Amino acid sequence: MDFALSKEHELLQKLYREFAENEVKPLAQEIDEEERFPRETVEKLAKYGLLGIAYPVEYGGQGADYLAYIMCCEEMGKVCATTATIIGAHSTLCVYPIFTFGTEEQKQKYLPDLLSGRKLGAFALTEPGAGSDSSMQQTKAVKEGDHYILNGTKCFITNAGEADVYVVSTMTDKSKGNHGITTFIIDKDTPGFSFGKHEKKMGIRGSATADLIFENAIVPAENVIGTEGQGFKIMMKTLDAGRISMGALALGIGEGAFDITVKYVKERKQFGKHIAAFQNTKFELADIKTKLDAAQLICYKAACEKDAGRPYGLYAAECKYLCAATASDVTRRCLQLFGGYGYMREYDIERMMRDAKITEIYEGTSEVQKIVMSNHLNIR
Amino acid sequence: MKIVVCVKQVPDTTEVKLDPKTNTLIRDGVPSIINPDDKAGIEAALELKEKLNDGSTVTIVSMGPPQADVALREALAMGADEAYLLSDRKFGGSDTYATSTIVAAGVKKIGFDIVITGRQAIDGDTAQVGPQIAEHLGVPQVSYAEDINVEGNKVIVKRKYEDREHILELPIPCLITALSELATPRYMSVKGVMDAYRAKEVKVLTFEDLKDMFNPDYIGLKGSPTNVFKSFPKQAKGKGEFYPDLSADEAVNTIVTKLEEKHII
Repeated sequence: MDFALSKEHELLQKLYREFAENEVKPLAQEIDEEERFPRETVEKLAKYGLLGIAYPVEYGGQGADYLAYIMCCEEMGKVCATTATIIGAHSTLCVYPIFTFGTEEQKQKYLPDLLSGRKLGAFALTEPGAGSDSSMQQTKAVKEGDHYILNGTKCFITNAGEADVYVVSTMTDKSKGNHGITTFIIDKDTPGFSFGKHEKKMGIRGSATADLIFENAIVPAENVIGTEGQGFKIMMKTLDAGRISMGALALGIGEGAFDITVKYVKERKQFGKHIAAFQNTKFELADIKTKLDAAQLICYKAACEKDAGRPYGLYAAECKYLCAATASDVTRRCLQLFGGYGYMREYDIERMMRDAKITEIYEGTSEVQKIVMSNHLNIR
Repeated sequence: MKIVVCVKQVPDTTEVKLDPKTNTLIRDGVPSIINPDDKAGIEAALELKEKLNDGSTVTIVSMGPPQADVALREALAMGADEAYLLSDRKFGGSDTYATSTIVAAGVKKIGFDIVITGRQAIDGDTAQVGPQIAEHLGVPQVSYAEDINVEGNKVIVKRKYEDREHILELPIPCLITALSELATPRYMSVKGVMDAYRAKEVKVLTFEDLKDMFNPDYIGLKGSPTNVFKSFPKQAKGKGEFYPDLSADEAVNTIVTKLEEKHII
């Protein structure tokens, strides 16, 4: 067993780091403060292929593997969780189901634009009354001839209003519960499709979050992904893959917090010496780094299992759960080492602590991850 | 048009420290990068290629140990077409003269229309290798370029001095040394990185490949006419002398006297 990165991955990491440092980090505080979607960053991500990393070249992707992709989420997460969230919602949640379950026509129609970043993607499952329990979805799709009529509301949707393509989960047969769910690809300009107000959030404040509102929206039948009733499986498979990238993002937040804290404790003096010289600081940071490295191992393992074509659902859930818990724990403790300055919005650490919290909630709460794990382990 | 860019892998001097006892660079754990002026040269070559859009190619050449491979892969990932590493134990210890002898031999072997080098490397700061390569190749050169354009079979270069700029016209083939202001290097792209390792290769040229192109007495440590006599960190200048409470006339006299003492006037 060799834990070293390949030369390709090392060079990709260099690319991600340079890009994150020069293009993403300088905007992180501003977009948080102004709650502004960083459109200019999306254009730059597109230019260097960062919106189509793990997809084949023939569809306009970059031809790299999943590990390469989640390393991008990690590096962006270190400096700006908003940017990493935009990438994750686009690259996994929207693109993955179209690539994995879509027809050749759907792939030809949507993937080149999405993978090149000419169009941005989003994914919609959650509803006001259906979060972790997807079987309670109320958004209905009724077939009429060669199209479906959609009615209902999706909430807390990442990239809402900013994205051009939406992968949306609906109920086509309520009586079948989860087996009555059908997934659609929906274009932004679909008649009867609109957006709710911009949600004000605790963290990832540059990320656009809003309701998707369907009022007799007319969607062509050819936009169904897979078959009618296959939606639950499609969503679960998509979320499996997404858990690794969300874990990587959370890991990145923790690593970013660690990096700036190490720098700070060597500069900040109290009682006549740098606070790095105090045992509490040393012990805290040693413990934090151990937890981050452990989280990174499970995260990379999940990605490598996926790349190897082996079952990875258990590791993906472990990755999301552990990385999110670590990010929340680590950012809180790092902020404590910053003391009063850490509580000031002028410093990045308070933003990181606010951003970390969402990773325990979105794309499956930590509690849902534990349910997924126990199912994999056949503990019923 | 075949554009050849010569690059050097250097330690990132923003992170390098001097050993206080030996006054040599501590290279352990210091990341290696493409020399910034050279990287601007790569960007300028890529922009020129894209502007010409006539099948022109960009070839990267570097002399160095096998580890310099990664610098060449980075250039390939930025979009360069080909890369050559001139690497042999016999090349080790070369000074600027020996280095330019070897690099010129490599460039000649590969073939070229325009050669671009960085102005100078951040680890040596000599600014000698580029001009020396031009002399070995017997082609005209312009150093300190901040803009390069090709018009027909001529190259128009804007040369930047401290207080002026020159617009110069050169025939092809020629050599140009680039300032880092010449162009802002693009990032690698993800597909570029994949191609750099999968679709492209770094070709290695050794002493055997180049021995007919130079006099072997003028390469490597033995063939180097210069040796480092002493290296030392720059000393900070003193604070200067203060003469408070002088009248204007006294101040003028003091300044003139001091300048005369130092034989400046």
